[in-house]
Amino acid sequence: MTAVFYAVAVLALLTTGLAITRANPVHALLYFVVSLVFMGVIFFTLGAPFAAALEVIVYAGAIMVLFLFVIMMLALDKSNFQRERGWISRPIWLIPALLVAALGLELARLFAPGGSQAAARIISPQEVGLRLFTDYVGAVELASMMLLAGLVGAFHLGRKDP
Amino acid sequence: MTQPIPWQMPAALALALFLLGLLGLLARKNLVFVLMSIEIMLNAAGLMFISAGMRWDNPDGQIMLIFVFNLAGAELALGLILLLRLRGRVTSLDSDAANLLRDAP
Repeated sequence: MTAVFYAVAVLALLTTGLAITRANPVHALLYFVVSLVFMGVIFFTLGAPFAAALEVIVYAGAIMVLFLFVIMMLALDKSNFQRERGWISRPIWLIPALLVAALGLELARLFAPGGSQAAARIISPQEVGLRLFTDYVGAVELASMMLLAGLVGAFHLGRKDP
Repeated sequence: MTQPIPWQMPAALALALFLLGLLGLLARKNLVFVLMSIEIMLNAAGLMFISAGMRWDNPDGQIMLIFVFNLAGAELALGLILLLRLRGRVTSLDSDAANLLRDAP
């Protein structure tokens, strides 16, 4: 499945390039989410299925959706809704539809019978978890402290002004 | 079809994505795009970890990726809440809109 890797690499570069050049933040974020899904496919072809699942579920599914919700909270105008209505009829669906079709084709080829890994060896989630909670248990504690600091900071900054 | 991908290829992809993120960080003025470019760069670093884990056939790359995700989540939560607070004070989200560190005279 080396061909899948190269195709998805090109698509990831393309969508990232589109993401940093869009004028509308929501469009840019959505292109970036698509690029993260492509990145998940890349991790899968590199023999890291656990990282691929994390990339799609945690990064694209949780972190980027949080980002998207905040963007949508930032700019809510009447004019935005007017423009939105105009966009539905325009052929703006073309590039996203092509990207989704490309991803679907790649996934179909990956999961087709006989589709093998391009990596030398698949590193299973079991190995990752075993190493994470034995050798790296101190780093897990540090990461939990960092997340707690982020939570406390966001809670503190998010209060209303007195 | 069965030979593995040379590890230089994902590393080159990570480099290209990192440079794209850096370009976005330097070229865009809107703080939303600055945050998104930082996310692109973090993601490229994660891809570098994964390709190194593939190169040395080691699960440590995926463990480092989990820590990169932790970092990205914490950083993005704080960055976004700062962005929301800034939005209440200044009208635009350009990165030079708040360069006075106080309310405009």
